[in-house]
Amino acid sequence: MKQIRWGWVAVATVPTVFIGYFYAYPVARILALGLSELNFGASGVQARLFKVGWFTLWQASMSTVLTLLAAAPLTWAVSTYEFRGRRLATALVTVPFVLPTVVVGTAFLALGVGDSIWAILAAHVFFNVAVVVRTVSTLWSRIDPSLQEAAHILGAKEWQVFRRITLPLLRPAIAAASSIIFLFTFTSFGVVLVLGGFRFATLEVEIYRQAVTLFDLPLAAALAVVQLVGVSLALYLYSTYQERKTVSWTLQRGSNRRKPTGGAVWMVYAATVLTVGLLAVPLMVLVSRSFNGAFYRALLVTDPVVGTPAVAVRNSLLFATVAMGLAMIVGLMAAAIITRRKGQLSRWFDMVLMLPLGTSAVTIGFGFIVALDWPFDLRATLWLIPIAHALVAVPFVVRSTVPTLRAIPEDLRGAASTLGARPWQVWRHVDLPIVSRAALVGAAFAFVISLGEFGATSFIARPTTPTIPTMIFRLLSRPGETSFGTAMALSVVLAAMTAGIVMWIDRAQAGDIGRF
Amino acid sequence: MLEVKTIDVRFDDTQILYQASLAVSEGEIVAVLGPSGSGKSTLLRAIAGLVDISAGDIRWEGATLSGVAPHLRGFGLMFQGYALFPHMSVADNIGFGLRMKGQSDPFSEVATALELVGLAGFGERTIDSLSGGERQRVALARTLAPHPSLVMLDEPLGALDRNLRQRLVEDTHRVLRERKVTGIVVTHDRDEAVALSDRLVLMRNGQIVQSGSLAEILGDPADEWVREFLE
Repeated sequence: MKQIRWGWVAVATVPTVFIGYFYAYPVARILALGLSELNFGASGVQARLFKVGWFTLWQASMSTVLTLLAAAPLTWAVSTYEFRGRRLATALVTVPFVLPTVVVGTAFLALGVGDSIWAILAAHVFFNVAVVVRTVSTLWSRIDPSLQEAAHILGAKEWQVFRRITLPLLRPAIAAASSIIFLFTFTSFGVVLVLGGFRFATLEVEIYRQAVTLFDLPLAAALAVVQLVGVSLALYLYSTYQERKTVSWTLQRGSNRRKPTGGAVWMVYAATVLTVGLLAVPLMVLVSRSFNGAFYRALLVTDPVVGTPAVAVRNSLLFATVAMGLAMIVGLMAAAIITRRKGQLSRWFDMVLMLPLGTSAVTIGFGFIVALDWPFDLRATLWLIPIAHALVAVPFVVRSTVPTLRAIPEDLRGAASTLGARPWQVWRHVDLPIVSRAALVGAAFAFVISLGEFGATSFIARPTTPTIPTMIFRLLSRPGETSFGTAMALSVVLAAMTAGIVMWIDRAQAGDIGRF
Repeated sequence: MLEVKTIDVRFDDTQILYQASLAVSEGEIVAVLGPSGSGKSTLLRAIAGLVDISAGDIRWEGATLSGVAPHLRGFGLMFQGYALFPHMSVADNIGFGLRMKGQSDPFSEVATALELVGLAGFGERTIDSLSGGERQRVALARTLAPHPSLVMLDEPLGALDRNLRQRLVEDTHRVLRERKVTGIVVTHDRDEAVALSDRLVLMRNGQIVQSGSLAEILGDPADEWVREFLE
């Protein structure tokens, strides 16, 4: 006596159509276009693809290894020791991670190290140190100390304990951090474009160059196929590794950091101060150089070529507001389906909604210009920008609300419905008030993602309606000290907006623990 | 009058209820008594419409309830563990059912319900601040406030300690009688079942074993298990 609940069907339709039309369909069009180019394209295509693909792989692997090495000292310090400034250091190294890519690119240009492969690698390390520190230290600080003590008693020296006990135990966390960093740097676009231009073309940059400046859409599509294959392969290898390697051992409930003594004190402080200090340099230089001239006033001056930089701030705020609204509607509907309906459909939904996260922003933007001429030509509408941003943000809204929704006891909803609440009233009076705080966090994520999004926007933003990141890029592309200074000033503005919202999210999430 | 006719309930591949039948006439209170895991709560949820039945039929005043959503059945269910809304005050919890009926400010009904369970003046309290016994009373008041045509109580005193239970059994009994409700009480406690109901229905492993007053059942127990369970 199962019956179809038409209300749920209606709720499921919205995210399905959204993801289907704005994600799955464009990706399918890219695949079709790219595969035919790979088959029938000019003879030089494969060699070109191989060269770009190889460089992308190489720089992503290098970036990953270098980040692991650079993060090791601080990770060791904050995992093993309790010391003054430990929390602050962890928070500070997270700042680069949340900054928009164009801001990081500008900061490294301000350092004067642009236009080299080392600048790109350094920027990738700068971005991702936090991934290692946070992922690995949560595990490291909870390893049962009796395991290490046992090794000591059996005759192992300090470094042998690390190599034979600690390091193997940390392997799952190191693998997780490495694959996240690999994915980020494999699909890195803004940093590479700003720091390397077209000289150091990764797949992302090459897709952009072929599609936007050379109008060779088939070749761009072929590159996007290579890119999709690379990302899928990385994700697949990671998930099989995770499955084989899921060894459980007794983790401590709390952490067991100890006070540093003797020579360790110096090493802990050296590791902390050096890491935090080095990461602070690009940002400090960016901020100080941005004040070295009348650059903030130039934000309001209309230039015949680039337009008025301050207008980009207004555009970005508008786009971010619309993107946030769209992401909330789609994300909350999807979260409702995932948590309220059991079985295959909801699991399938959960997985499909995460796909845009694994796809590069460039592929999303490129897909829009390849595919959205059917059934209507949408490519000229301004709506595409907030839609692309919402697509990237929906997984964050879903991830921040699903755990809270799952935690609501089913009886609360049953109680509401036996008291006469219709299904939408149950949602309105039970789910929504309880999830509202988590939803607000999701909304803030969506807003901040939209503000800094560059990859997809660079394909679809029109010259007359620049966003902050595309305006920064436009200013950087122009020669002249004033243009560069204005780019720095605008970067500082964007960085400040981003940091403010992220700090709010951090506090809201901390306050949420333990309620209900 | 409620008629449950040979219903089956299954979740995926486990069957919870087998051919369960039950009738409750107007003004009667029936206690469904059985060990934990016997399917008592599932029976209540099926009647409330919160779980689908895979066979049989449930009728109210002669009309089938198949396809009628829980919020349209007009029944009240007091949940095991109470399911009070943590983000609403006591008054908002109790007034919820009336507001769903379209009443915008059910102030006087809420006050009456609070008085009925002996918690006059508790309206503005948060759920957090209530003791276990107070929560039980609020849940009872919330269930009764919209005047449901059938009242179902799932282990109404299950979560409380012994002393409190004895006192609240009497209070609950008095409240149910005052409202002249038609009701089903689910419990695993024989004394509670006897104190709250007119008639017992014994349940085991998803099946209804026997029904009648305590004296009737003990006079002619269906099998050895029934005798042992009631003694």
